[in-house]
Amino acid sequence: MSTVDFLAPRTWEEALAAKAERRDALPIAGGTDVMVELNFDRRRPAALLDLTRIGELAEWGSDGSVLRIGAGVSYRRLIEELGGRLPGLAMAARTVGSAQIRNRGTVGGNLGSASPAGDAHPPLLAAAATVQVASVRGTRRVPVAEFFTGPKRSVLAPDELIEAILVPPAAGPQQFAKVGTRNAMVIAVCSFAISLDRERQAVGTGIGSAAPTPVRALAAEQLLAAARWDRPLPEPTVEKFGELVAAAASPIDDVRATAAYRRRALAVLARRTLRWAWEELR
Amino acid sequence: MKQLLQTRVTGGVGDSAARPDGALKVRGEFAFASDLWADRMLWGATLRSPHPHARILGIDITEALRVPGVHAVLTHEDVPGSKRYGLEIADQPVLAIDEVRYAGEPVAIVAADHPETARRAAARIAVSYQVLPPVTEAEDGQVLRHVPIRRGDPDATAELVVTGEYEVGMQDQAFLGPEAGLAVPAADGGVDLYLATQWLHADQRQVAACLGLPPALVRLTLAGVGGAFGAREDISMQVHACMLALRTGRPVKMVYGREESFLGHVHRHPAKLRYEHGATRDGRLVYVKARIMLDGGAYASSSAAVVANAATLGIGPYDVPNVVMDAYVAYTNNPPCGAMRGFGAVQACFAYESQMDKLAAAAGLDPVEVRIRNALREGARMPTGQVVDGPAPVAELLRRVQAAPPAPPRSDDPRLLPGGVGNTTHGEGVVRGVGYAIGIKNVCFSEGFDDYATARVRLELISGEPVAFVHTAAAEVGQGLVTVQAQVARTELGVERVVVATADTSVGSAGSSSASRQTYMTGGAVRAACAAVRQRLFARLARDPAGLWLAGGKVVSVDGVVADLAEVLGDDPIEETVEWRHRPTSPLDPHTGQGDAHVQYAFAAHRATVDVDVELGLVRVVEIATAQDVGKAVNPQAVVGQIHGGTAQGLGLAVMEEIQVVDGMVRNPSFTDYLIPTILDVPPMHVEVLELADPHAPYGLRGVGEPPAISSTPAVVAAIRAATGRPLTRVPVRPEHLIG
Repeated sequence: MSTVDFLAPRTWEEALAAKAERRDALPIAGGTDVMVELNFDRRRPAALLDLTRIGELAEWGSDGSVLRIGAGVSYRRLIEELGGRLPGLAMAARTVGSAQIRNRGTVGGNLGSASPAGDAHPPLLAAAATVQVASVRGTRRVPVAEFFTGPKRSVLAPDELIEAILVPPAAGPQQFAKVGTRNAMVIAVCSFAISLDRERQAVGTGIGSAAPTPVRALAAEQLLAAARWDRPLPEPTVEKFGELVAAAASPIDDVRATAAYRRRALAVLARRTLRWAWEELR
Repeated sequence: MKQLLQTRVTGGVGDSAARPDGALKVRGEFAFASDLWADRMLWGATLRSPHPHARILGIDITEALRVPGVHAVLTHEDVPGSKRYGLEIADQPVLAIDEVRYAGEPVAIVAADHPETARRAAARIAVSYQVLPPVTEAEDGQVLRHVPIRRGDPDATAELVVTGEYEVGMQDQAFLGPEAGLAVPAADGGVDLYLATQWLHADQRQVAACLGLPPALVRLTLAGVGGAFGAREDISMQVHACMLALRTGRPVKMVYGREESFLGHVHRHPAKLRYEHGATRDGRLVYVKARIMLDGGAYASSSAAVVANAATLGIGPYDVPNVVMDAYVAYTNNPPCGAMRGFGAVQACFAYESQMDKLAAAAGLDPVEVRIRNALREGARMPTGQVVDGPAPVAELLRRVQAAPPAPPRSDDPRLLPGGVGNTTHGEGVVRGVGYAIGIKNVCFSEGFDDYATARVRLELISGEPVAFVHTAAAEVGQGLVTVQAQVARTELGVERVVVATADTSVGSAGSSSASRQTYMTGGAVRAACAAVRQRLFARLARDPAGLWLAGGKVVSVDGVVADLAEVLGDDPIEETVEWRHRPTSPLDPHTGQGDAHVQYAFAAHRATVDVDVELGLVRVVEIATAQDVGKAVNPQAVVGQIHGGTAQGLGLAVMEEIQVVDGMVRNPSFTDYLIPTILDVPPMHVEVLELADPHAPYGLRGVGEPPAISSTPAVVAAIRAATGRPLTRVPVRPEHLIG
């Protein structure tokens, strides 16, 4: 009978060395995705690489002008410790699973799973975050917008691990909204994040669960960047923003909703979150 | 001395006696069937069909047997006795024979020294299938049973006519404790099976037949049951575990995973329903014509009884002079459907209550008023001709929910708005609606079934103190039946200390913990057994037993204490076993559906208040008011718990719970995608409990478990209709039904 090797490095260097040696090892932190996959027998990894013993992974701090969030920081700590500086990410973190899941689940794990429905992805896209990945070969930084390559696929090489997420602190209002078919503990039918940079008059967006990967709505961002930021948005602009967000998605029919519903709902979420964020600008 | 006579024993009938499993369950210390363990035990696993319909050309178990740690691999050829079983019709193979009829049907079983080994070995069994086209629509399937009901003039006409077609999706019982049991081979060639079930003796009968053993050699003991709701009425792993245990000579444990559980038990019948209601201009019903089609899935299970309920209860708690009802259930290659809380009454109630709202609109009447004008009353006749000979407070229940305090105004907290924690609205697009519904349910088994329960009660001195021992085979599935049995014994025997033995088959059948019947039936049996014990006790006294009673550990009369119970009992315990029956019922006439088929009717009404985000199609049920007549609240706290739980289950069907089946395949067999309500989906409830005694029932009680699960669904949907103006003819209502 085959068995699963359980690798439990105590330092980041050990972890990278282990991953270099065992490229078939599946990293596990909170286990809230990995254990579900194992229970459903969707994956049979030859080895598990436990990252919970590496203290520095669960730390966050500043890295120049950006916040550096270790891959092992839990959703709960994001909400409690970083909610003020990263309100969009914290709002998304509040919608993740149950309290127990938020205690264990991590943003690094969310990125590693690379599900199109990952709750943290839209606010990270909207905030123009960068993912720091590492291997024994070295470290590289990948913009979140380039990180995902398909459903549950990313640019991670077989010997690489996610080390940290680098996120600029909010420079203006951020909002996040997620549609699910019950009022809590639900996988996103679709979600939307918006981030406004007051000084630069720049806009970030992120769409979840409505395309093969989390995506930005670039045309919608450009529309807003060209608007007058010192006054209320004209209603036609808000409407157009919603349309452009919906157009940026490429949803499918699945067990959770129809593609048509997702598109319509995204337009509504986009308009509402834009109005809330714009109101905060003033 | 009168005071002494009236002294109620603490923890007796009418008290909210604490349940013995309560604290254990809250602390996570309660042992469920999935926690069973035995020395040297093996683990069983099941290989299931991946196809909804296929011919089996061959099964090769060679590779599975080669897996180290595997002790047995069995197929239908190894079934020692009857190859098929079933609650009503023995049509379901223990293991598939030559053909599979639904995706998930058991084909082979494995015992190994580790559950993972067993699963991997099962995956190495090579089954050669010739895939056949599945029947996935009930209309295309072979009819399993047709129940017609004809009352009055089939050609009656009316001034107002409303018609509608409705659909109910496949709901799952979604119990939290999966199917589990432990089979232990015995030295006498028999087997001891510890398991979670709803009806030990029905399992025993079927398991013994399939094993080819006399029932006396197949002994069943109830293990901790984590919910049932109908899903444990049918056989799942029982025969499989016993076969593996007898073959290997070792204890064998089987526990279904969550995904397997969704394939391993029956579901609520999906239904398509067509109704025509005719009424006078002032909203009085003249006739109802209805056609109900239930999808029975691949095997019969309890479909024949479910369709009879749908038919006989199918026009609701209304007095209608002319009825033409045709209810059908058909075989398909979809997952088998059977018992689930509400049992046929749920599907019909969604349709007839939707119709009553349509009628109200057509007549220009308030929805409650149109229902009250047509309300069934005591002494009225059902469409089956049966006279309702107990209280039928239909109008009063409706008035009560209508008069309940209104729901609180819309919240400012986004978590309490539609979309909940998803932060989808701060009030934009939110519209409120209120809806009403009432339902009817039969209690106990119907149509002439010989329905009985057995109870054994012993009164004995332990350390000088009288103790009552109660032993039945009635399944505690979480509803609180152990507590109720003790309460009955305390009241009847006037003793504080009652020990309720673990349910097993060493005592006679109690019937199923279903049909809202166990407090009525096993409660009635325990009461009767206590009366028999009392009679023998009083016979020991040298006096006329008339006017004697037991209270506070003493024999008393109106004149005071007659004797101390301890003295009368001495070293000579008294034990009585009683088989107790409710009043008999009759079969339905096969052509007219006439007959006194039901024992008792129960009623509940709901008022739902919802906030709907009409741009996103998201719903939040804000408040539910409900009123139910329970005859006598034997344990008031447990009664309210049943009403809360049933209402939540009905809410789930209204807005989220559905097993999605496409081309015979279940698409969402997990709690990730089969959604049940969370605490943020279930609103505060205003519960009114009426106690109008039924003269035919023990203590006047009325079955409690099912009625709350019946009318909450249509009430919630009516409220969503009121908020959105949409017709909403299908449940569960999905967001895409509300926008676009």
